[in-house]
Amino acid sequence: MSTEAQARPFDLDAPWRLDERVAIRPERFGALLYHFGTRRLSFLKSPELLTVVRSLSEHPSARAACAGAGVGSPQLPTYRAALAALAASRMIQRRSV
Amino acid sequence: MSLVDEFQYGLDAPICLTWELTYACNLSCVHCLSSSGRRDPRELSTAECKALIDEFERMQVFYVNIGGGEPTVRPDFWELVDYATEHHVGVKFSTNGIKITEDVAARLAASDYVDVQISLDGATAEVNDHVRGPGSYDTAIRAMERLYAAGFENFKISVVVTRQNAGQLDEFKAIADRYRAQLRITRLRPSGRGADVWDELHPTSGQQRELYDWLVANGEQVLTGDSFFHLAGYGDGGLPGLNLCGAGRVVCLVDPVGDVYACPFAIHDTFLAGNIRAEGGFTGVWRESALFTELRNPQGGGACTSCSAYDACRGGCMAAKFFTGLPLDGPDPECVRGHGELALAGVSAGSAPKPSLDHSHRKRAPVPVTIGMRRPPDRACDENPLAGFTPPGRPG
Repeated sequence: MSTEAQARPFDLDAPWRLDERVAIRPERFGALLYHFGTRRLSFLKSPELLTVVRSLSEHPSARAACAGAGVGSPQLPTYRAALAALAASRMIQRRSV
Repeated sequence: MSLVDEFQYGLDAPICLTWELTYACNLSCVHCLSSSGRRDPRELSTAECKALIDEFERMQVFYVNIGGGEPTVRPDFWELVDYATEHHVGVKFSTNGIKITEDVAARLAASDYVDVQISLDGATAEVNDHVRGPGSYDTAIRAMERLYAAGFENFKISVVVTRQNAGQLDEFKAIADRYRAQLRITRLRPSGRGADVWDELHPTSGQQRELYDWLVANGEQVLTGDSFFHLAGYGDGGLPGLNLCGAGRVVCLVDPVGDVYACPFAIHDTFLAGNIRAEGGFTGVWRESALFTELRNPQGGGACTSCSAYDACRGGCMAAKFFTGLPLDGPDPECVRGHGELALAGVSAGSAPKPSLDHSHRKRAPVPVTIGMRRPPDRACDENPLAGFTPPGRPG
């Protein structure tokens, strides 16, 4: 899945949201995610990424959500890769504007 | 800190939890890890089960792996499944297929929140029924046919690898493909009645190597519940999953009478953390029991520490060591470097600890098989929290 995710570019400028069948459990390292439809677990490995994921639907783009969570441009590629992996596993989805 | 390190220190709630609803079972599989057969009169009532589900919901346990015994023989089984999913606790249940009627299959296919796992320990009736009892192969296949016909995609077929079926991995995969199911392969542990047959049934070292190569070749298409982490000692890093023992750290077992054990393969007083009926409930046991607190401290590798494979296998499976009479800080009995075999040679006959509980059917005559086993049911392994996990590209 991670390979697939890396192969598919993630559109940071598109609007995104968490899939409604995903439950989030905050943990000290970040969070656990569980998708009830695919029955798969994922891990968010930082509290900042959790903030980004939780606030996706409040922002016009993923880039804006990252900025809102205080993610600076040097870290942006890492967050983009993390979001791409979440999109590939259907944890997050593009929302229609 | 890596995720593996994070998990070693434990979490506020389990990632995944096995809940055995009953010790009652229609089968008597020779390797049953919970020595099931007869119902225990102290089993949790429907109300107690629901209260426990409420607790899981409060702790945000995403899903539970329900097993037994044969969980579907509990009269309130479907009521409890419905209650769990209504309370945002997903269910995956293990069954030998006995209660999967066409109606049940249709109902299951309609739910996102319920997953089904059919146990099968031979790709042919001959191999399967030796271990699981006469007719059990047909029962399992019939359940698969019904799930398939109802359109249930991606249910699981769960196989415990034995010396007899280790050569059938491709055939198991073909069965899974035929029914649009996903194959799940787990390790035979010397737990429960499994202790009686482990010597005869556990894969040979040659079979272990072939199994490892097969698992690496099939990658994430085949689930393992992360149960083969002792094979990570082969060392090329190709085994999918995070490969760690989650006992008492990210997984645990709740048994039919509410006892909480470190893992489903460790039904013994040594690994008993507490009971959910006590004050503080399951949450108290999970967060405060002395046993779990101890397991969340760094574990010593003992004799294994100097081995170059130790970082990969972490000394293997606690339950496998315990029930074969090996020290917990020594090698796994199936250590890929052969240290386990050597250690086993030094265990005197009859000195390995016996399971604390036995609910085996009393009157059943020994199953007449050529390989000299005694009896039956399995509910497959827990789902390791890391099964199906793929690390997201991760910051930090």
